[in-house]
Amino acid sequence: MLRHAEPVMGTVFSITVRDPTPRTPEALERIVERLHRIDAVFSTYRPDSDISRLDRGELTPDDCDPDVPVVLAACRAVAAETDSWFTERPGGRLDPSGWVKGWAVEEAAGLLRSSGARHYCVSGGGDLQTSGGPWRIGIADPWQPGLLAAVLAGHDLAVATSGTAERGAHVLDPRTGRPATGLASLTLVGAPGTGIARTDAWATAAFAMGPDRALAWATRRPGIEALAVLPDGTKRWTPGLPGHLPASGPADWRSAVG
Amino acid sequence: MRRAVVTSAATAAGVVLLLSLKPHEAAGPAPVIGSGSGSATGSDVSAPSNAPSSGSQSAAGPSAAAAPSASAAGATRKVSGDTVNTRYGPVQVQVTLAGSRITAVDVVKYPTSERRDREINTAALPVLNQEAISAQSAGIDVVSGATYTSDGYIRSLQSALDRAKG
Repeated sequence: MLRHAEPVMGTVFSITVRDPTPRTPEALERIVERLHRIDAVFSTYRPDSDISRLDRGELTPDDCDPDVPVVLAACRAVAAETDSWFTERPGGRLDPSGWVKGWAVEEAAGLLRSSGARHYCVSGGGDLQTSGGPWRIGIADPWQPGLLAAVLAGHDLAVATSGTAERGAHVLDPRTGRPATGLASLTLVGAPGTGIARTDAWATAAFAMGPDRALAWATRRPGIEALAVLPDGTKRWTPGLPGHLPASGPADWRSAVG
Repeated sequence: MRRAVVTSAATAAGVVLLLSLKPHEAAGPAPVIGSGSGSATGSDVSAPSNAPSSGSQSAAGPSAAAAPSASAAGATRKVSGDTVNTRYGPVQVQVTLAGSRITAVDVVKYPTSERRDREINTAALPVLNQEAISAQSAGIDVVSGATYTSDGYIRSLQSALDRAKG
């Protein structure tokens, strides 16, 4: 088992590899390098990042790091997939963060795979990609720090949670420009092949949609399930979500707790 | 006495069904609390009622649960509850009993809200209505939660997991 926690992008990336190969430590070094590079290029908190300079008109897309046009194209694709509930300009400023973090997780996962590992998990501040498995994934309870609202389990899943617990109402509703407040948290589970970049960006969009629209949207979309925790603590979920529950049921958990 | 048993059974079923309304046409995984395999008054689902953190699906409350309208003798019988007005709309449940054991529960009347909404609400998933789960006890590998800030991470479950398995 190999573990690493890397503070970057204003959060912490947690990496676990169950089957490290002799090449995995080197891959880990490349991941750390890559994550900090992505931060340097895309951070909206750094005035000298490519994204900040592009936004100020000091750079053209062609002058930027080659990842920039790729990321902006991905943002536009997600906007189309979510009926424009996702935008790379939340609040008016160029800010592709809604795509970048999940994509960075996916990049890290790809480097682990290149090292020959097959059973690993990469989390970027709570948005995660698993490979192999099974992995047991706790969904943080938005109202009770340290406790979980649910436990999911599976192979090759991507799981992203958008919510107000940690940073307050920070996801803007692109239709109103105001913070979305219809949900306490929204978790999307991407089936194998969906990938955390998309799952994470979709979670941001779905959070802005509010519970009714988000659940209906996720229900329509193949390969995605959703768990919503409403501001009053009510939980709602898509019909397929139970498929991601662990084989061991609540009785097992209770005996473990007791 | 028998009447009392039936009442408590129907009440338990009513509570359970208010927690997770299961439509006849629900597709997908086996209903976790739907057609029971003889779990008496639902021992596998009665525990959540004392959960400090269960979601407000239970807001309609046990007191609103159905009273039995029949208590015929015999091996197998069906008992229909009264229609209960929940925050989602009117709900009526029917319990099938073998002796005093519940063998099946059915929702015979649902809230008449939009169908999609109903389907979403009705997946039977009492696990998610369980008491909040301790991470360590649940044996989890990783936590998905709203984005940690670097400060938040220090206090987070993920941080504990990273340290624990160093």
